[in-house]
Amino acid sequence: MTATTERPTEAAEIGRARNRKEDAHLITGRTTWTDNLTLPGLLHLAILRSPMAHARITNVDVSEAAKRPGVIAAFSGQDFKDEQGTIPCAWPVTEDMVNPGHPSIAVDQVNHVGEAVAAVVARSKAEAQDALEAIDVDYEPLDPVLDMEAALADGATLVHSHIDSNKSFTWTFESGAAGTGAPIGDALRDAEITVHRRFRQQRLIPAFMEPRSTVVQPVGDGVTMWSATQVPHILRTMVALSLSIPEHKVRVIAPDVGGGFGGKLQVTPEEFLTTLVARRVGKPVKYTESRSESLLSAHHGRDQIQDITLTMTRDGTFTGLDVHLFADMGAYLRLVTPGVPILGAFMYNAIYKIPAYRLVCDGVFTTKTPTDAYRGAGRPEATFAIERIIDEAAAELGLDPMELRRKNWIKHDEFPFTTVCGLTYDSGNYEAATDRALELIGWDALHAEQAERRERKDPVQLGLGISTYTEMCGLAPSRILGALLYAAGGWEHASIRMLATGKVEVVTGSSAHGQGHETAWSQIVADQLGVPFDDVEVIHGDTQSSPKGMDTYGSRSLSVGGTAVVLAAGKVIEKARRVAAHMLEASEEDIEFADGTFSVRGAPGTGKTIQEVAFNVFAAHDLPEGMEASLDADATFDPDTFSFPHGTHLCAVDVDTETGRATIRKYVGVDDVGQVINPLIVEGQVHGGVAQGIAQALYEEAVYDADGNLTTGTLVDYLVPSAMDLPTFVTDRTVSPSTTNPLGVKGVGEAGTIASTPAVVNAIIDALRPLGVSEVPMPCTPERVWRAIQEGGAR
Amino acid sequence: MIPAAFDYVRPSTVDEALSALSEAGEDAKVLAGGQSLLPVLRMRLAYPSTLIDVSRLDELRGVRDDGDAIVIGAMTTHDEVLHDPLVARHAPLIAQAAATVGDRQVRHLGTFGGSLSHADPAGDLPTIALTLDATLNVQGPSGSRSVAASDFFVDYLTTTLAPDELLTSVRIPKLDGWGTHYEKFNLVAQSWAIVGVAAMVRRSNGSIVEARVGLTNMGTTPLRARGVEQALAGASVSADAVRAAAEHVAEGTHAPSDLSGQADYREHLAAVLTRRAVLAAAG
Amino acid sequence: MTQVGVTVDGVAYRDDVEPRMLLVHYLRERLGKVGTVVGCDTGNCGACTVLLDGRSVKSCSMLAVQADGREVTTIEGLAGPDGSLHPVQQAFHENHALQCGFCTPGMIMAACDLLRENPDPSDAEVREGIEGNLCRCTGYQNIVRAVRAAAERGAPTVSPGTSASPATTTAGAS
Repeated sequence: MTATTERPTEAAEIGRARNRKEDAHLITGRTTWTDNLTLPGLLHLAILRSPMAHARITNVDVSEAAKRPGVIAAFSGQDFKDEQGTIPCAWPVTEDMVNPGHPSIAVDQVNHVGEAVAAVVARSKAEAQDALEAIDVDYEPLDPVLDMEAALADGATLVHSHIDSNKSFTWTFESGAAGTGAPIGDALRDAEITVHRRFRQQRLIPAFMEPRSTVVQPVGDGVTMWSATQVPHILRTMVALSLSIPEHKVRVIAPDVGGGFGGKLQVTPEEFLTTLVARRVGKPVKYTESRSESLLSAHHGRDQIQDITLTMTRDGTFTGLDVHLFADMGAYLRLVTPGVPILGAFMYNAIYKIPAYRLVCDGVFTTKTPTDAYRGAGRPEATFAIERIIDEAAAELGLDPMELRRKNWIKHDEFPFTTVCGLTYDSGNYEAATDRALELIGWDALHAEQAERRERKDPVQLGLGISTYTEMCGLAPSRILGALLYAAGGWEHASIRMLATGKVEVVTGSSAHGQGHETAWSQIVADQLGVPFDDVEVIHGDTQSSPKGMDTYGSRSLSVGGTAVVLAAGKVIEKARRVAAHMLEASEEDIEFADGTFSVRGAPGTGKTIQEVAFNVFAAHDLPEGMEASLDADATFDPDTFSFPHGTHLCAVDVDTETGRATIRKYVGVDDVGQVINPLIVEGQVHGGVAQGIAQALYEEAVYDADGNLTTGTLVDYLVPSAMDLPTFVTDRTVSPSTTNPLGVKGVGEAGTIASTPAVVNAIIDALRPLGVSEVPMPCTPERVWRAIQEGGAR
Repeated sequence: MIPAAFDYVRPSTVDEALSALSEAGEDAKVLAGGQSLLPVLRMRLAYPSTLIDVSRLDELRGVRDDGDAIVIGAMTTHDEVLHDPLVARHAPLIAQAAATVGDRQVRHLGTFGGSLSHADPAGDLPTIALTLDATLNVQGPSGSRSVAASDFFVDYLTTTLAPDELLTSVRIPKLDGWGTHYEKFNLVAQSWAIVGVAAMVRRSNGSIVEARVGLTNMGTTPLRARGVEQALAGASVSADAVRAAAEHVAEGTHAPSDLSGQADYREHLAAVLTRRAVLAAAG
Repeated sequence: MTQVGVTVDGVAYRDDVEPRMLLVHYLRERLGKVGTVVGCDTGNCGACTVLLDGRSVKSCSMLAVQADGREVTTIEGLAGPDGSLHPVQQAFHENHALQCGFCTPGMIMAACDLLRENPDPSDAEVREGIEGNLCRCTGYQNIVRAVRAAAERGAPTVSPGTSASPATTTAGAS
């Protein structure tokens, strides 16, 4: 056995457009989706879901189902009422927040369509589904609670009869009281210009492509759980806490996971119910949802009403911002349900210098599917509201909307800048990103064309939309999370193991589901340790092999988890330096490390490669005195603050005023996400994010009817756009390195989604403003655009 | 999801299929391409006792020349229809509409006859058959009969086909000399038409001699916009004349109000699309 | 039970199945061809796309018994016997046309079918050609790029019963 002496042949890995390591098995079908898994004696679970939005359960009879062919057992909520605990909510946003508790399977009342009321476990999935039809459930209907404002009115039907209101919490921030800015009352009183709008963030469904799936195998006193989750580590802890299984007896594996977008940032009723059933029957049990079950019961996103008031001087200088949010929790609080609007609360002021700010958020229960994180989680809502109202303010002032932005945004030489929310933006250059975007889209020529088409009353009008966004990434500094009453921290962990042959294993707690961590982490480690990219193996997604982590969400993986990898690599290098010094018979202080080789300062060509050092440590024949026979190192990184990517997205839309159809003609996004590890991956994240933001603007909405039924319960009606429905995106970047982590990175996972929605809607309104249109509710379907034109013309 | 259990029969001749239909009774269902039926079965919105798979009835497949008409076998797939040279020459409207049905995968399995038998008012091909004055050939236990498309579609998802009958082919009169166009309006590429308008125009010099206009999703069946047709007869091929004629489009329709559009929007849209379809057909 | 005889990725199988068994479940559960996945229950997402006698179909919208006597090619039958990638697979890798990868098998099979009929599609033709396949990660742009790159490379038609010609490199090696 000899240590490899292979040297990297390319220049720096960081910044290189590496094709992904992850692809090989995904493009050949050699995948490990949870639903692929089979185990000896595996049983299949099917769940009977409530067809009622709100009802008392007076009886559940599963006796006939239990007799059906292949059925092992059938259960109602009564069978688990003493042991099912509650689905955890980790974010009580106020001291007095009301959490009604969230059973995995309803016992005496259902509070949304799709809630589990009974379950069958059988030898085959078909037999389990057949047996569901033999279950009788008697319901005593209650009135559905669908409208948030009506739900808060006196005398409203209560979603949860055991609590006395449909309000879960009221969360308030006010810059005067917080000491981060001026009092909002003064700004409102002294305003020369006040612009008020109400925007609705429609309810969305994350619609990850892989339906959720869980396999639970009882193992002694504990369980092994495979699940299509973004958060194997959080899931492990929550299974332990909620189902009273000792944490060290719980192993959670997230194998290949097919997208999440926040939708799999959850500890689900289905995961708990599968665990309860598997433990009851003592056999491994699999539950895989259908798409229609997924649309109904996996958590939804957005669903907020935003009342926003912007105050200005007559010359367009912003003086205050006052926001009242109604945030639909749905029927229950899931993992971070109440925290989603709060994540947005610090972003309404966006890139602008606003001296006074208030946000009041009411969390409201309704008889709908619970909401929770969906790509951006609070920040797209905030960005939409401020970017939309600035266009409205510009229209009222008769100013160009870009000029109004320029007038009020933070200049590049004002960073670091502490905002009215008390957050310090690390770096940025809004002028540069904007100028580049304007150039790429050909802004002036488009404006000329717009004027010409307005002049000749072209039935297809051109609209130009702007979104100059920022967001906060790197969720999150534990100290800040603690101050916001979040139950856990936001650190991330990494381990690096040097193998005898000089190969490297990197263990990360940030488990990817499409983001390309294996590739990006390999690039980081290749650069840090000077080893070949292909010599690095990234291990994640199994609490046995990767026991510590806080998982993947909130654009945190690179800035927090990637930094942990850097820190661990630094520790490996310091240990190796000591060994190298011993091997080279030099003092540690004289050892330099570059390109994977330790050498004595001033004596190039005499060095030892890190692989040689690794083998020497493995052999352990001659180590420095007191040195352990290991180069391995662990590191946990907890940032002091967030990072703040930004960018300018511009959109040109053709609006057919006869049919109402808005078609995106050109879309440009210039993002500043700090340093870039892999531009290919970054570009891909922007593309996908923009697509989802456009989908909110134009296509998607989870619609409930008057009885509380989800009428968009399949992909026939919930309109996830296809390639035909989206434009080609032109993307570019500016680089303002983050100062909050050693990589200088900021995060990109949610940027496109946050940026794109207001750019598209602003463009549609811009096309139609001469027709008297100043608002089109999202999604801006042809019918809604057409109606807005009819109403605009009537004014 | 998994369909509920059913029996399966796969006849190899039309006669065998008709016997199987008679034996299986009213709860049997014909399986053609299955592109509408399979999702319905998976969602357990239907519980047929028996599926009679007619996909191997080769006699029902293909397009042939029949003098002044072409005849499309009921089991000809959308993909075959839209690539067929006879269709391209004598009834390009069918190819244009067939190309908008579902997606490539759906068009590889879904059939022309299946779409007509399913009779979804949001479907494109029933409207096309109606507009083309197609004749549908049906076989049953007591022999065959022919039904005009205008008589075939009777209600939402309902045709004059008896449970023991099978649609075998569709006769389309050759309409050489007509200009045709299908204007489909949907929310995303995959979704059904909110409204679709099929237009056929025979013109002489600058005026319209005869026109036909068919409507998708403006009632419980495909419809003809007779008021528009009458207004177009003899009209000049000008945007204004066609626009005026198109204002008659809602007459006799019962546009649905649903998630993809309210009735008044559909009526407006139908007028816009009619104008565009007629002008394109006349072009 | 009904007997079904079907050739999948070049191997002939004969099995008794319930008539209600979907083709995709037959592939996954009987044959272990788990590369083909189920993403929806209405035929919208296209994740389950396979080739049936060389033409793309959604294997969730078809019964296993309907495939009797036919040849099915799945994502697992696309690479050469030596593991060399099909040009469409290779192009997906090189153009970052996948993120989570769940839609990828269906997307690749749909792309192969498109290129069979149109060996040199424009961007718009690619978008139309894959309209039956939903992707939630990529925004489709790199998929379009990949399909065009495969076309430029001259992606061979996947004929039933034969292996596709190999691409020159394998994933992960670049």
